[in-house]
This record gives sequence, C-alpha cells and structure tokens, in this order.
Amino acid sequence: MAEALHALSASAAVPRARPPWALRLAPALTLAAFVLPIVAGLAGTLLPAFGWLPALGGRELGANAWRALGAAPGFATALRLSLFTGWAATVLSLALALGIVAFVHHRPWARRLGEAMAPMLAMPHSALAIGFAFLILPSGWVARALSPGLTGWELPPDVATVGHASGWPLVAALLLKEVPYLVLMTLAALNQVPARAQVTVARSLGYGPVQAWFAVVLPQVYAQIRLPVYAVLAFSLSVVDVALILGPGNPPTLAVLAVRWFGDPDTRWVFPASAAATLLLAVVAASIALWFGAERVLGRWALVLLQRGVRRRRSAWLGGAATAAGAALLAAALASMGAMALWSLAAQWRWPDALPSAWTFANWQRQAGSLWLPALTTLVVAAASTLISLALVVACLEHESRQRVARPSRSLWLLYLPLLVPQVAFLFGLQVLLVRLGADGRLSAVIWAHLVFVLPYLFLSLADPWRAFDERYTRAALALGASRWRAFWRIKLPLLLRPLLLSCAVAFAVSVGQYLPTLFAGAGRVATLTTEAVTLAGGADRRVIGTWALLQAAFPLAVYWLAAATPRWLFRRRKALA
Amino acid sequence: MNAALRLQRVRLAIGGRTLIGPLSATVQPGECLTLMGPSGCGKSSLLAWMAGTLDPVFEAEGRVTVGDTDLGPLPPEARRVGILFQDDLLFPHLSVAGNLAFALPAAVRPASERRARIEQALADAGLAGFGERDPATLSGGQRARVALLRTLLAQPRALLLDEPFSKLDAPLRDELRRFVFEHARDSALPTVLVTHDEADAAAAGGALVRLEAT
Repeated sequence: MAEALHALSASAAVPRARPPWALRLAPALTLAAFVLPIVAGLAGTLLPAFGWLPALGGRELGANAWRALGAAPGFATALRLSLFTGWAATVLSLALALGIVAFVHHRPWARRLGEAMAPMLAMPHSALAIGFAFLILPSGWVARALSPGLTGWELPPDVATVGHASGWPLVAALLLKEVPYLVLMTLAALNQVPARAQVTVARSLGYGPVQAWFAVVLPQVYAQIRLPVYAVLAFSLSVVDVALILGPGNPPTLAVLAVRWFGDPDTRWVFPASAAATLLLAVVAASIALWFGAERVLGRWALVLLQRGVRRRRSAWLGGAATAAGAALLAAALASMGAMALWSLAAQWRWPDALPSAWTFANWQRQAGSLWLPALTTLVVAAASTLISLALVVACLEHESRQRVARPSRSLWLLYLPLLVPQVAFLFGLQVLLVRLGADGRLSAVIWAHLVFVLPYLFLSLADPWRAFDERYTRAALALGASRWRAFWRIKLPLLLRPLLLSCAVAFAVSVGQYLPTLFAGAGRVATLTTEAVTLAGGADRRVIGTWALLQAAFPLAVYWLAAATPRWLFRRRKALA
Repeated sequence: MNAALRLQRVRLAIGGRTLIGPLSATVQPGECLTLMGPSGCGKSSLLAWMAGTLDPVFEAEGRVTVGDTDLGPLPPEARRVGILFQDDLLFPHLSVAGNLAFALPAAVRPASERRARIEQALADAGLAGFGERDPATLSGGQRARVALLRTLLAQPRALLLDEPFSKLDAPLRDELRRFVFEHARDSALPTVLVTHDEADAAAAGGALVRLEAT
C-alpha cells in the first residue's frame, strides 16, 4: 500500500518506457491518411485547370480552361450566387448563434438546449434539405396546412420556392444545420472563461445581459470558435448536395456547375470544370482572408465602442429575437423530419389536406428491394471509416498522453484542413489518382475518401475529453501491478466509454452524410442512401423520396441514440459515471 | 446625496429550509454593515439577491430598498448596486483604463473628459500611469484596487463586498481594507460586507450581524 501511494504522489516514479512502435507511428500515419489525399487531389485538379491532363489529351499548359470557364453560359451568375448564399448563410448563422448564446447562457436550461441540439448535428444535410423542400414547396406541407382556409388557394400557387433564383431556400436550409453547430461550439468555448461571473460584474455596472455577454465574454471566446466559423464559411460557399436539392437549377451555384461539368459525357468539359473548382478554392481562401480582416477591424472598433460606456438596456430583445428565430429553425427541422415520415407512409395525400387521407406501408415494401443494398453499403462504409479513424485517433491521443508533450496548436489547423478546403477542389484530382491506382469505384476507395472527413471530426470531438482524463487512474493501476496494456484496456477505455461512443456517433453521421466523396471515389458505381436520395430528390414521387431520405436520416439518429444510451445502461449502478 | 439602504424582513431559504432571516437593517450612507458567518450559511447568496443575480434554486422574501427605490422588481443592470467579489474579475481583453472606461457612464463626455476622470481615479489610488497596462501584469493588490475603482466609477447607489479580501496575503489585506473602506466612506455609499474574518469586521467599524450555520 505504501508503495502504491508513493507511486501515486511521485509522478517521476512512473516508468517512462518508449511507447510501442505502433503508437509512435500513429501521428504520422493519421496525418498522411487525410492530408495526402487532399494535397494529391488539389494538385490533380489544379493541373487540368491549366490544361495539363495527358489522359484526356491535355498536354499543354495554358489558360484555355479559364477562357472556356469565362465564356460558359451562366458562369457569372453562378459565381455571384455562390458568393451570396455562402456569405449570407455564414453571417446569419453566426449572428443567430451568438444572439442565442448571449440570451440563454445564464439560464438554467442552457445546458439542456445544447443536449437537445446535438442530435440535429447528426442529421445528414441532404436529408434535412429534402425534408425542408417538402415543407416549402408550393404544394408543400406549409401551404397545405394553411390552405385553403388562410390563403384561399384552391390549387398550389404557381410560384417557385425550391430552386428560387435568389438562393434563399438554400440559405435557410444551411441555417438549419449551421446555427445549432455554432451554438454548440460557442457553449463549449464558454467553459474556458468565468463567463457567468464576468457577466454578473458587467450587469452590476449597468449593462443588460445580452450586451454584457457581447462586450465581455465574446471577445474572450471568439478565438475558440474562429476555426468552426471558417469551416461554416467554406462549407456554405462550396456545398453541393444541398444546392442540388434547393438551389437554382440554371445556372446553379459554382460548385454544382463544376460537378455537372466534371460528370459531362464530353470529357473536354473536365478542363473548365477544373478551372471552376480551382476558382472556388480561391474564392474560399479569399473569403476566409476577408473574414479574418473583418474580425480585426470589427474587434478594434468594438474595443473603442466599449470604452464609451454606452448602456443599451434594450439589447436584450435582440437576443430574444435570435432565440425565437432559433426556435423556429428547430421547429422547421423537426417538421422537415415529420414531412418525410408522413410522405413515406402516405397512400394518398390530396391537396390541400393537412394530412394524408390514407396510410400504407406499401411505399416501404415496394422500395425494400432497391433500398437494402445502398443501405448496407452506407452501413459498411460508415462503420469501416469510423473504426479505422477511431483506431488512428486513439493511438494518436494515447501517444500524446504517454509522451506528455505539449500539443502543437498548429496541428489544429491541419485537422480543419478537410473542413476548409472545398470538396470539389480536390475530389476530381483524387479520382484521377484512384484511376491510376486502379482503385476507383471500389468500396475501399469510398471508405478512404470518407476517412478524410470522418477522421478530423472524430479527433476534434474526442480530443478534449481524452486530454481531460485524470492520468492518476492509470498510475494507480500501474502501481497495483497492472501492465500498461491492461491499465489502458481495463481502466482508461471504460472510463472514457461515453466520449468514445459519442465521438463514434459523430463520425458515423459524418460518413452517412457524405455525398460528393462517395460520388467521385465510387466513380458513380457505389450507391449509398445519400447518393440515391440526392439523385431521387429531383424526381416527382414524394412517397419514394420520403422513404429514402427518412432512412438516411434514421441511421445516424439511431446510432447517436445508441451511443448515448449504452453507457447509461452499462453504468446504471455507477453513480459517478451514469 | 446618497440614500440609506434598508433591508426589511429578508428571509432566504433553499428547499423550504431557512438559511438566513428574517433580517432587518438600515445602512446609512458611508456606513458599513457586516454580516459574519461560516461558509455555506448563505451570506453570499444574500448579496447575490440584493444585486439581483440570485440563483433561482433559492427562495427569497422581504424587501431591499435604497432611498425610495424598491430594488426587488429591477433587473441587476438597473439597480446601480456595485459588487466586489473574492476574484477581481477584471476583463482580460481590456487594458486597465479600458476596464475603467467600460464602467464610466456614457454621460461623461467628451473622450478627453473620460480620460481625465480615469487618470484622476488611478492617481488617487496610487496607480498613476497604469492606464495602458494589461491587467494580467498587475499584482494581486493592484488588481483589487482597480476592481474597486471600476465599481465606483459606475456611480453605484450602494456597495456590496463579498469577501473581497480573503484571497490576499495578510499585509496586503490590511492595506486594501483601509483603501476600500476609505473610498466607501468618501463616496458616502451604504456598504454591506459579508465575511468570516473577524479582522474584516473590525476594520469595517460598523454594525455587525452574526449569522448562524444552518
């Protein structure tokens, strides 16, 4: 016993053996797994943008691809549309998220709000977009619920909602996912500063709670949400699946235009497509740089403003309005899910009935034959990419905690790389590489492409709880005579089971939601629920679309629920863990 | 001129269990009422209730007034009640002068007048020339003094002290006690101090109420 206590108190007494080679290799392997495909893919897209792609006859460097891009019909409109939707979605979602946090952070239910929003993040973008389309179509659920009583419409109005040239439906659908994401990121960052106490001080100095939060807390936590904000900006500027479902068709956004040209049977379109993808990369880089500059300018201006001492008592209603808008978004997301479920079970749903008049399982039965293979593929790809990522991430983190090295903050930027680089800008190049390797269209290629996105998300969600683990438990186990290996498997992993499972649920959801990586790495031959749902979304039969989209959304939600319930059940007799 | 702070039949409870009260007291401008009791007796919660930031798990009844103003229905930001905690809670993203300017009412204008007021306050506190300093580079005693200046520059009608000396070293503590009580008297503020340190009560020099552990 005395020996055990001695080992606990004197950390120097812990044997610092060289970690096994597998652990020492882990960081390099992990980085290679997701950075190499991006770098190779960027090169493979950049070269054709300047005319170089010998396989398709491009053997001369030049600006022809750019000329073709400039001359392509609708190019300027597509670029404008991408810029508008990307910036509008990011500015609005950040404003709403900050307003919501400022309004709720000191209220007792703020924690529960975070918990309620987390499953929203598990919803694939495309499923949410399809459900949202079911709501806002001229013959959608909203119009049905209000007609003819409130609107007087005997027939669905002849207007465009989905695909409206303004791009607003696309912006709205992006808000459905991005507002909860930024709210959760901001709530997590709040734990790093004495936010409540400082807001109390600012209130006793005469500032309302919302203004106090913006003045005192936001400047301290913004650095922690900066990268998530850039990820939202990059994603909104370059999203493809949501833009295919809800964005204008002709011309579409720049990202959709590039994907359309990449898939054109006439392979000469690959060159302007590469130019468009490269341009999108430049647009994203310039947008992030501009945002960074705006942060600086606004930050300085805000500091000057703060020192004027102006109290704006009525600032609270702004926070209230943001929270109300957030609640409306949450309701819209839930209604989107509901609309998909209703359509998948509808035998007959006549305009303008608010609900189907006859119900049936026939939609599911009819689709079962074509559903099962993509569903199985989705499961296999998601499970494989999650498990491989899990092994790599756990090895990296365990290596880090055994080395007790200060973690380099630069690696955080690398982790965000897949979230900051537009998918279109490197997936074609990756496909070219896969063709060279003879791997395109294989399941393994799709799994690797998913890994590029699954791995960083898993790392980001597991790193904090892992680093917060109290290593004295491990030392206690070692002092009791357990081996390193045994202390890891029997003590550390069980204690970290909850964050492990939740990170896996996040990773699984990321994989299920991938559209473009599946399309490119699978060479169009690997079908998942997401690729099929997005393809079907252009069709007319809402009962069929509803079935696919609902199943697509159900997978990650079910896994999320399992991940939350399992530790609760396992540790039901362990109060400290339950 | 400032008005008296009055507590009338104030009772604080949690889950039906009374922690404090009923308590009635009047604190004249420039006087200090000391509430003394062991930790966990609810004395800090009583200050939070007076400041308007009491955690809703507590139940409170009774009235707290400053002059003719009933503070009860007012949100914290409208009460004009300054409060000092154990931690100085200086805002780390603002300079010392920035912290003070944040507290100074907007009615003090123009910018040159604001700067002059802040310089004067710093000079009076023996901190002349500290305006552009980063609060993180100040000593504990200097930070505590800046925190008091910040509270006073917001022109409160009453001052609440929530064990503001307990984290300081003994010699510093004496110096800061003198500093705080002098300023409270000079500003003619009714002051309420909660503490578990007899020396604090002696330095405050006013009425003393002992609270029992419950």
